[in-house]
Amino acid sequence: MATFGFPEMMFILRSAGWTLLLTALAFTIGGIMGGGLAVLRLSQSRILRNIAAGYILVIQSIPVLMVLFMSYYGLSLFGIDLPPFLAASASLAVYCSAYLAEIWRGSIQSVPFQQWEASSSLALTRAQQYRYVILPQAVRVSLPPTVGFLVQLVKNTSIVSVVGFVELSRAGTLVNNATFQPFKVFTVVAIIYFLICFPLSRLSRHLEKVMHAGRRH
Amino acid sequence: MPAVVIENVHKRFGDNEVLKGVSLSVEAGQVVAIIGRSGSGKSTLLRCINGLEMCQSGRIEVAGHVLDQDPKHLRELRKDVGIVFQSYNLFPHLTVGENIMLAPRLAKGLGTAEIRKLAVEVLAKVGLSEKFDAYPDNLSGGQQQRVAIARSLAMQPKVMLFDEVTSALDPELTGEVLVVMEDLAKAGMTMLLVTHEMNFAKNVADVTVFMHQGKIWEMGTSAELFAAPKTPELRNFLSAGVH
Repeated sequence: MATFGFPEMMFILRSAGWTLLLTALAFTIGGIMGGGLAVLRLSQSRILRNIAAGYILVIQSIPVLMVLFMSYYGLSLFGIDLPPFLAASASLAVYCSAYLAEIWRGSIQSVPFQQWEASSSLALTRAQQYRYVILPQAVRVSLPPTVGFLVQLVKNTSIVSVVGFVELSRAGTLVNNATFQPFKVFTVVAIIYFLICFPLSRLSRHLEKVMHAGRRH
Repeated sequence: MPAVVIENVHKRFGDNEVLKGVSLSVEAGQVVAIIGRSGSGKSTLLRCINGLEMCQSGRIEVAGHVLDQDPKHLRELRKDVGIVFQSYNLFPHLTVGENIMLAPRLAKGLGTAEIRKLAVEVLAKVGLSEKFDAYPDNLSGGQQQRVAIARSLAMQPKVMLFDEVTSALDPELTGEVLVVMEDLAKAGMTMLLVTHEMNFAKNVADVTVFMHQGKIWEMGTSAELFAAPKTPELRNFLSAGVH
């Protein structure tokens, strides 16, 4: 039986790299989609608002695991075979988009409506209002919850192991199967998760403090 | 041609009819004060003029623009019609200078040098030249309101609307804002103002309009209207002292 040595450690670290990459991809793509959805959710057109609200409702109401199964196994029934990494990042991006959309919608709505009135009275277009008046204020509000969500996302990437993608958790399981040193292996895995998430959590708390200090109302 | 023409304007919020057929005409250079109890529709009327509220029927023409729902037309109108709000509504993430320069740059596409010159000029007009780089949160209410006036002026509007601009201010800060408005009036700006400052209406406004229950109840030159109110409602309103 193998012991938990340098090659195993390297294997786990490489897999941690995949976890990071998966998180980054899901967050970036999900963020772009979520941003679009947040704006649609606040659109002046009721149809667009309802489409966005429907999407968000559906995605938030089903486990991300089901999205993953549907994109990995479901699509293969139609002859579309997604490689595990692609299925995993796409599913997580979809999951992210719905949650980020809601976080950001709330942040945009936290900007007093008088800011909309004042800027539209100055003949700004809606896009200009978003870009120069509303979003700069909304971003301040949204940073802490967004980073908080990112921390959740790092940990939630572990579910993609079910479609055979080897990320940090899955790597830990594999190494444990070979070495049968669960305490050692999973402690290392936990420490790596902690090392990724802890700075992010601190960042979130720091941002929260800074944001609140900077705002009088 | 009058600067503002309002013809038989009706406005409802749900079942509540706030404006019940209002007609008013304002000549260029005229200062018109709109007074009345809260709920009389005076703020709504003012907000209808620049399209912040859309009236259900009637016709509004301001500075040569006929009001309609088209966002493009609305922007054209708003380039010529400034509004100042009770709650100032400055952009808190921008400095005073940036607040003032934003719209001339984005909406009018003026060049940087020209905009800067304009900003310095309008800030001087409201007596706040030294606050160019300050943030709104660091200004007093009166100063913020004067910046808001400067921000509107930087668009070089033909008509200015003032919606209870001193109502949120302490009495000692009210004066500094009124002085700025009086200067504007003297400089020939066409102004419509909803106000609770009866002295200001009496002394500065050419015409005062008394609104009651969604209608123009009584109007006339300020001198006449305050000296000899004709309707009992206006007499009552003026003598109540609490506006």
